[in-house]
Amino acid sequence: MKTVTLKINGTEHTAEVSPRTLLVHLIRENFSMTGTHIGCDTSSCGACTILIDGKSAKSCTILAVQADGTEIITVEGLATAEGLHPIQEGFHLNHALHCGFCTAGVMLRAVELLEKNPNPTEEEIRWGISGNLCRCTGYNNIVKAIQWASAKMQGKELPSTEPVFV
Amino acid sequence: MGNYIGKSVKRVEDKRFLTGKGQYTDDIVLHQQTYASIVRSPYAHANIESIDTSAAEKAVGVVAVFTGKDFADSGIAGVPCGWQVNFKNGDIMKEPPHPLLVADKVKHLGDAVAIVIAESKEIARDAAELVDVSYDVLDSVVDPKKAAQPGAPLVHEDCPNNICFDWELGNPKSDVNAAIEASHHVTTLEFVNQRVIPNAMEPRAAIGDYQAAGDKYTLYTSSQNPHLIRLLLCAFVLNLPEHKVRVVSPDVGGGFGSKIFHYTEEALVIWCSKQIGRPVKWTSDRSEAFITDAHGRDHVTKADMGFDADGKITALRVETYANLGAYLSTFAPAVPTYLHGTLLQGLYTTPVINVDVTAVFTHTTAVDAYRGAGRPEATYLLERMIDLAALEMEMDPAELRFKNFIPAFDGVEQEGYMTQVALQYDSGDYDPVLKKALDMVGYDDFRAKQSALDNGKLIGIGFSTYIEACGIAPSAVVGALGARAGLFESAQVRVQPTGKVSVYTGSHSHGQGHETTFAQVVADRMGIPLDDVEIVHGDSESVAFGMGTYGSRSLAVGGSAIVKSIDKVLEKGAKIAAHLLEANADDLDYAGGKWTVKGTDKSIAFGDVSLTAYVPHNYPEGLEPGLDFSSFYDPANFTYPFGAHIAIVEIDKSTGKVELQRFIAVDDVGNVINPMIVDGQIHGGLAQGIGQALFEGAIYDDNGQLINGSYMDYCMPRADDLPSFEIDRTVTPCPHNPLGVKGAGEAGTIGSTPAVVNAVIDALWSGGHKVKDVKMPMTPERVWSAMQSDQA
Repeated sequence: MKTVTLKINGTEHTAEVSPRTLLVHLIRENFSMTGTHIGCDTSSCGACTILIDGKSAKSCTILAVQADGTEIITVEGLATAEGLHPIQEGFHLNHALHCGFCTAGVMLRAVELLEKNPNPTEEEIRWGISGNLCRCTGYNNIVKAIQWASAKMQGKELPSTEPVFV
Repeated sequence: MGNYIGKSVKRVEDKRFLTGKGQYTDDIVLHQQTYASIVRSPYAHANIESIDTSAAEKAVGVVAVFTGKDFADSGIAGVPCGWQVNFKNGDIMKEPPHPLLVADKVKHLGDAVAIVIAESKEIARDAAELVDVSYDVLDSVVDPKKAAQPGAPLVHEDCPNNICFDWELGNPKSDVNAAIEASHHVTTLEFVNQRVIPNAMEPRAAIGDYQAAGDKYTLYTSSQNPHLIRLLLCAFVLNLPEHKVRVVSPDVGGGFGSKIFHYTEEALVIWCSKQIGRPVKWTSDRSEAFITDAHGRDHVTKADMGFDADGKITALRVETYANLGAYLSTFAPAVPTYLHGTLLQGLYTTPVINVDVTAVFTHTTAVDAYRGAGRPEATYLLERMIDLAALEMEMDPAELRFKNFIPAFDGVEQEGYMTQVALQYDSGDYDPVLKKALDMVGYDDFRAKQSALDNGKLIGIGFSTYIEACGIAPSAVVGALGARAGLFESAQVRVQPTGKVSVYTGSHSHGQGHETTFAQVVADRMGIPLDDVEIVHGDSESVAFGMGTYGSRSLAVGGSAIVKSIDKVLEKGAKIAAHLLEANADDLDYAGGKWTVKGTDKSIAFGDVSLTAYVPHNYPEGLEPGLDFSSFYDPANFTYPFGAHIAIVEIDKSTGKVELQRFIAVDDVGNVINPMIVDGQIHGGLAQGIGQALFEGAIYDDNGQLINGSYMDYCMPRADDLPSFEIDRTVTPCPHNPLGVKGAGEAGTIGSTPAVVNAVIDALWSGGHKVKDVKMPMTPERVWSAMQSDQA
């Protein structure tokens, strides 16, 4: 067993893990943060995407021991006391999620995408999230949501998203 | 009416998913929970010579190991089929058992032979590898047409030629043959509607929890219909007392049909939990999902469509071999028959139709309903035939459709349209959807551009005008057709004393947004704020009964049941209000959340009436307290959404790569409660239908190995494979349900596949490559080969 210590969403966590434990299992099972999902076993679907030291990564492809000493953001850490992160708001207002299973991974991938390229074209967005599979939305509204978040984060005029009641 | 219906209300369920607080089955951890790993056959067809579990049983942390032998004297035969389709000659459908664990002979890759239960999932998986199974490998067959030939390896010894049943519908074959013979032109096509894999992003999971103290069983399962699972589990598999069994389907990460069915693992975890006295969790990994989730489509078809000199369709003749896989999944027999043959009228006035289906077992994973279920296969057939006929007859494919469309009928003033294949369409107006789509695409400009193109590319346009049968379904009708269940829906509207409303629906949301759409209906009908409504689903202990969500039925059937209960609430509420207002109930109007005495300003609010119902001090004599009603709604007919889809593709002549440049969809799904959610359903459906045309397809080799059983190999559409969709709608209300809705879940998938394939064929013909077919998925290699084999 190995001891790993890492910071998740600003809080330090320590656990004893076997060397083969995957980071996604550590997060889901040892730390009971189940917002990060497992959709495949070949690092192809991106449902387990998190941010490690600011970079998006598929947490099913990383051993827990490799993440020792890192700072991690999961979907549980996106919102702040002030409210939802612009990407969460964009997903909500643009109906970019149906079943919600891929959503955490796509949002975290998009956070890094917008960090590096604050004003991406549709083509850049589509390429940028092509490592994440969604079976529900056809990606149409995910693209719109990322465009919306891009506008919001840059203080630009926001595309209309029709009435909001809740 | 009110404030909410028809508006893009943002989803109330979003917040938990956006913040990582959704609760899917694998997220649930029960006290003392154990973990199961299932030992599966690496062969498609083999006799089991021996199973040695001793090493696995000895491994540290292993709690128990069970094999098929443990069921030998239990009376547990396996999971049942929910639909019976008999042979043409009246013989009963072949219905071989589907055991929970196989003891003697495995029949497809992934067939379950043992289950290992341990303290952790890692220990369970390690120990599963210690189970030593000795197999005697046998020949297998994976193609349905080959499987039906004499001498093919048998999947089940008592099913000669692997035939489960044969089936015919429509006009007498002799009439259809004569009409084809007499036709001016006959378009003939032999094609494969390939097997695809649903691939909901959440792999299936199940937790069985038996509590001996109360003799109570709880099953958590990622299902589209928890009550149906409970019924099948109790009455047909484990013989359990239904009132002692609770089935919960919490948040479910997509279904697309694949989570309708009652799977062996659901019964296994419950049975195992009782054996060991602890909860047992099984979570599929993706590789396991590829070989155990029911697959979709897999038809091999030959069709002939006759035309007169003017282009009017004279007859349609269809012969299909439908692959059922190794076992009969829950609704498998209905898919190639009553959900496929019955849709072959399409939107056209075809006077005679005959469809002949042979349903066949093969050494492959079971095939059952996948988004659209039978209707995509029917639409693919019809729409490929029409576009091909237009090319062959040098007619315009849009004009050919207009010439053959059934004239408009609203189902009220004009009767529903009676088809040659047993259905009566409810309402339809088909010209406008195609006209609108043609306007959106700029059709005339496209043809000019196509003929002028000279850049190493070919461009093509493909059409698809479809109809589907949704809102499944009138119980007596489906019962007569072989369904072993009713297909009604239930809903309870419970008004709380404070006027807040809890609605318990038997529909199940796994992405469809019922918690929002249903709440819009309730809030508007009751004149109360949306925030005052809570939609509860997915738990057999809180929801009285339910038939679940599939076949685009939730709003048309489940929503109608809710409306019935609301009507009962308001009727009783009016009696209480009349008493309090000292008026006659007939003299009251209900609007804006209050009852008003007509012609006066005397009124009483819904909340006051609710409180009075539970504090009945000043109360109508003889009226029961409470304000809480349940209803069951059994639809009068199916609903019939329709639409027109147009694809524009570009082919790179040097590589054969197809790029989908534009996709236009105009759908008519009846009245729309939430346009945003309906659009989202269309988008997702389109991606799956386009996926089948260009990317997806299960590939079995002759040994029954699924050689593309992972996301590395099975090509799911990704964001950069698709354009943004251009969608619009027309509205032709359903005349027979109270909301006038038809259903939107499957339209995108049903319409889109042939539009894309037709566009590729059109592009090829524009370059002089007059091929009739390119097999799906239309990979660069296949398209390139088509261009080489038939050089201009």
